[in-house]
Amino acid sequence: MTAQDLDALYQEIILDHYKNPLNKGLRDPFEAEVHHVNPTCGDEVTLRVHLTDGKVSDVSYDAMGCSISQASTSVMTDLVIGKSVEEAMSIQASFQELMQGRGNVEPDEEVLEDGIAFAGVAKFPARVKCALLSWMAWKDATAQALADAGTDEETTNG
Amino acid sequence: MDGLLPELEVIRKDFPILERELAGGKPLVYLDSANTSQKPQVVIDTMVDHLERHNANVARAMHQLGAESSEAFESARDKIAAFVNAPSRDEIIFTKNASEALNLVANTLAWARGPLEIGEGDEVVITEMEHHSNIVPWQLLTERKGATLRWFGLHDDGTLDLSDIDSLINEKTKVVSLTWVSNMLGTINPVAEIARKAKAVGAIVVVDASQAVPQMPVDLVELAEAGVDLLAFTGHKVVGPTGIGVLWGRTEILDQLPPFLGGGEMIETVAMERSTYAGIPHKFEAGTPPIVEAVGLGAAVDYLGHVGMAAIRDHEHAITAYALEAMATVSGLTVLGPLDASLRGGAISFELDGVHPHDVAQVLDSRGVAVRAGHHCAKPAHKRFGVQASTRASSYLYTTPGEIDALVEALEYTRSYFKLS
Repeated sequence: MTAQDLDALYQEIILDHYKNPLNKGLRDPFEAEVHHVNPTCGDEVTLRVHLTDGKVSDVSYDAMGCSISQASTSVMTDLVIGKSVEEAMSIQASFQELMQGRGNVEPDEEVLEDGIAFAGVAKFPARVKCALLSWMAWKDATAQALADAGTDEETTNG
Repeated sequence: MDGLLPELEVIRKDFPILERELAGGKPLVYLDSANTSQKPQVVIDTMVDHLERHNANVARAMHQLGAESSEAFESARDKIAAFVNAPSRDEIIFTKNASEALNLVANTLAWARGPLEIGEGDEVVITEMEHHSNIVPWQLLTERKGATLRWFGLHDDGTLDLSDIDSLINEKTKVVSLTWVSNMLGTINPVAEIARKAKAVGAIVVVDASQAVPQMPVDLVELAEAGVDLLAFTGHKVVGPTGIGVLWGRTEILDQLPPFLGGGEMIETVAMERSTYAGIPHKFEAGTPPIVEAVGLGAAVDYLGHVGMAAIRDHEHAITAYALEAMATVSGLTVLGPLDASLRGGAISFELDGVHPHDVAQVLDSRGVAVRAGHHCAKPAHKRFGVQASTRASSYLYTTPGEIDALVEALEYTRSYFKLS
């Protein structure tokens, strides 16, 4: 890899989010908490989601890992908090598509905002998992929260 | 610099990959030899020659090629036995890698009846610095048999804490399994001393020599006298190919262990009701073995033997001492493991304050410097030192002081890239 490749990977935006991560820390209330690990490198994230009336009210986390994984977590929380669950899921899908596109997917800045800075990561297969760790954790936690809510409803109804 | 291989430039020419240019025209600085070593031309040529001229299955082909292939395969066993001074060439078992060798031991011990049988209340002792492949097989064994897994802890300097050796190794101990040289900390462990203790209580002693065999002379006659019963290493770290590993075992232990995999080659005779088994080594080599890989490994140990393992050890020591000194000049850099080169092998794991190991490795790669980043399959050892991951630079017989300078320069560049003051 060349110096240009390196700069394409480590966009200023990524380094900024790495140094000053948004929404960091674990907070109450929350409906689901998950712990995800990248088994190849040991990066870890504990992530909580708080949903109210079909909206992502909060995503809080405690994470350890490289600049790519930390910055990606920060960007993800910034993008999904305040959105409807449906909209946030669609942003998650766009980001995942970008990351798994091997550099052939054109990112949509309207949807991904700061997330487009990760377009360069898609060309480094070893780093894709770093960028996706917290996004997959969020998806998992949200699915759990929705499932629990469904169960509660059934219980209430039953 | 004292201790370097006198013909280092000639040796480097034996390894064609070292002349490779990476993206952007940068020369390769390969400092990931503890992960896998590079291969000399003679290993590549020997394997190509075997495939081009002698390829046939071994021990079951009644034709000239079959005889040539069997001869090449079995003479590789002879070469390896001589390389590690095994008491008998039949004690050299070919496996897929060191992990398979260790799993072979842990599994057959789980199936053993009689004196080697492990049951409830028995204990297996390992250390906190083991590679996952010398932890997980023993966890599986102890869980299956209701036995207890215990381990030696580590001192802050990365050496083994032997203060509780008399309580850890006791009359309940059935197996003591430890690494000779740590793949993460670099620490060289007092294998013979621990083996003597284990022998005194009648325990089986297993040594993971994956990082030791590449770096230092190994004398299995001497180790067997100290009490080592079984020893595992892998081909690809001793300038050989992947897909081939070695388990050495004392004949009387191998004879007592039941077979591992069943199939062709490992039998004496087969009837529908029951079978009887071949003697060692074939008893543990079911199926068509990795033939060309074994032949390549034979050429690899011949090559290392020709250079001389004592000379390679001295070279590694000189390079490691130089690297430890040079890396100490990088601010914010902390080496994990012994700082005295005489206590360690050539793998140096470190942390760089403020930059995650992944990012260190990525920036080093942009300068042509290949290192490993992560937990190096030694998560417990990382946890012991309160780190989640580390960066590891590891040298070998082809490493030059100039490459260590390139590493240090690239580390300084990493600090500036991440704007550390």
